[in-house]
Amino acid sequence: MQLWQEFRNAELVHRVAEEIRRLVTRPWVLMEICGGQTHAILQYGLDQLLPGEIELVHGPGCPVCVTPLELIDKAIAIASLPNTILCSYGDMLRVPGSQRDLFGVRAAGGRVQVVYSPLDAVRIAQENPDKEVVFFAIGFETTAPPNAMSLLQAKALGLKNYSLLVSQVRVPPAMHAILSAPTNRVQGFLLAGHVCTIMGYWEYDPIAARYHVPMTVTGFEPVDLMQGILRTVKQLEEGRVSVENAYSRAVTREGNRAAQEIIDQVFEPCDRNWRGIGLIPMSGWGLRAEWADFDAEKRFDLGAIRTQESPLCIAGQILQGIKKPYECPAFGTQCTPLAPLGAPMVSSEGACAAYYRYGHSRP
Amino acid sequence: MSNFTEVPTFEGPQCPLPLTHAERIVLGHGSGGRMTHDLIRTVFRAYLGNPYLNAGNDFARLPLPLQGQEVGHLAVSTDTHVISPLFFPGGDIGRLAVCGTVNDISMSGAIPLYLTAGFVLEEGLSLEVLERIVRSMQSAAEEAGVTLVAGDTKVVEKGKGDGVFINTTGIGWIPPDRSPLGGERAQPGDVVLLSGPIGDHGIAVLSARGELGFEAEVQSDVAPLNHLIQALLQAAPHTHVLRDPTRGGLATTLNEIAQQSQVAIRIDEATIPIRPVVRAACEMLGLDPLYIANEGKVVAIVPPGEAEAALAAMRQAPYGAESVRIGYVENQPTGRVILRTILGTHHILDILSGEMLPRIC
Repeated sequence: MQLWQEFRNAELVHRVAEEIRRLVTRPWVLMEICGGQTHAILQYGLDQLLPGEIELVHGPGCPVCVTPLELIDKAIAIASLPNTILCSYGDMLRVPGSQRDLFGVRAAGGRVQVVYSPLDAVRIAQENPDKEVVFFAIGFETTAPPNAMSLLQAKALGLKNYSLLVSQVRVPPAMHAILSAPTNRVQGFLLAGHVCTIMGYWEYDPIAARYHVPMTVTGFEPVDLMQGILRTVKQLEEGRVSVENAYSRAVTREGNRAAQEIIDQVFEPCDRNWRGIGLIPMSGWGLRAEWADFDAEKRFDLGAIRTQESPLCIAGQILQGIKKPYECPAFGTQCTPLAPLGAPMVSSEGACAAYYRYGHSRP
Repeated sequence: MSNFTEVPTFEGPQCPLPLTHAERIVLGHGSGGRMTHDLIRTVFRAYLGNPYLNAGNDFARLPLPLQGQEVGHLAVSTDTHVISPLFFPGGDIGRLAVCGTVNDISMSGAIPLYLTAGFVLEEGLSLEVLERIVRSMQSAAEEAGVTLVAGDTKVVEKGKGDGVFINTTGIGWIPPDRSPLGGERAQPGDVVLLSGPIGDHGIAVLSARGELGFEAEVQSDVAPLNHLIQALLQAAPHTHVLRDPTRGGLATTLNEIAQQSQVAIRIDEATIPIRPVVRAACEMLGLDPLYIANEGKVVAIVPPGEAEAALAAMRQAPYGAESVRIGYVENQPTGRVILRTILGTHHILDILSGEMLPRIC
């Protein structure tokens, strides 16, 4: 028996669903932060097992979706330069920039290489000493340690042709932004298990207390997700507010100290723009001053980048859980995974792509 | 939500514009998914369309210009093979080139007879490599019982090809007593059969390319299916559809059939065989085995009365021992494939949009 099969056990999932049904006395709105969880919920049809009182709204936890347009345009500009290789996670290639996407750059002759890990990008830099190799370092707390590690490794190897285009964001500031918005509907959170594996969950206590919103650290398999929902609903029904851990096989309160130290060596907190949402103060990480030589934004003169978003796309409201993808007039018509107007229709973690792929329409 | 009619469906008009990649070919156009379909519709069919091409099958079923006698039909198919690396666990580009076309021909119900082969060779290719490939073609042709009757060779400058590209064209004979087969013939009530585990070929090739970051002990399933198909058609002569789930995988193939036949196809996730190593590789990379390529599998859609006989015959035939029933055909919602998950919930199984891309985290 493979480990994951136990966490997809149908009988167990149905038992937890039954417990949730028994517990619920009134409507609750829960948000899962992570796009991976959004996809798992739709892939397994978990929403179909929940009582009508429980509404799941989908959070901004899709790294591809929230990477600001300006940085995508910068990546496209870098990839279009002669003598450079832009390395990226595959998901980013289809995200529309102002004019085109990275697939288009590749078709026009630019070198864009899909890698599974930034350490592959370091290897590519080693193998191509006459080329500038840039890794598009996007993502939440989960990708920060490997991205930072790639710089430590590049430095140890004495590589002069490797740099990062950084768009590193963090979950807690985004939760502040969502909860303090006057339009907020979220009453409870499923916290992203992978993020908490790295960072622990101590930093969520003050958020839960300040906004009086219970939270549960939640994994990604059906049983994990149902457990996360159950424990959050239980807190809500009992009027309790705390941060519980329903993913203890991976997450501790302190998180992974070694990974946090690596992040700290390379990155420092900074303001970040979130695509569709806007500037969130101190919501991301940027390279520390001593790593400026490895900063692609400083290394390449990209001129002035003027961005232009599609006026039709309502990604911002989707990413904050204010609207559902099918409430967008462009959903499935002008905007499809083939011709996306915004990032949430592109990424395998984007809410719009998940709704489209699994055929979710207005109930 | 166990009632089928409550399955959420998405019925939006497909806007043909704006196409992000209307100006240049990108890799997604070759994925076998929606982009490939759009390319065929907007470019190839627009200029070259005729009733045989427009049927949208992997083969053309052609009348013979003979009158007054029952001679059957010709089946013709062509396929160009580009694969890196040229050799992979369980096969190579030569075996692939022969089996791919033999299988496409067989899906018409025809007995494949003759093949042609066109080679595009890159300057600098080792002759020893070419010989290995051609030997492998010979052995696959012998296994399938087809004869290679014509060939062509072109050499391109170094850097303008990837070692070897091979095009094969096949000709087969559809006996007069055989009822026609095609993706447009699935009917409500029909049973959906699958000849074995999915995803082996795609994962074997990814592993051979070193793209998994680990080595998966899995062999490509590349194989000629004509003997299996003949056995199946003997047992189930009124079979409606045969199709091999190659590029785009099982999900794409079922979607094509659902759309061509204007029916709904319902499949049960728990019944679809997937080897643990393939499942594990997919888990790690965030790929879905339902969209991974196969080169030695067939989906058969047969009337309910012949399903048991068909399954039994498939299990007795070469490359069919692990055949299973995976679902059935219904009226509604037309053009859709609905997956019953292992939890008993349902969702639409969509066609792949472009290239399948690994997840970030």
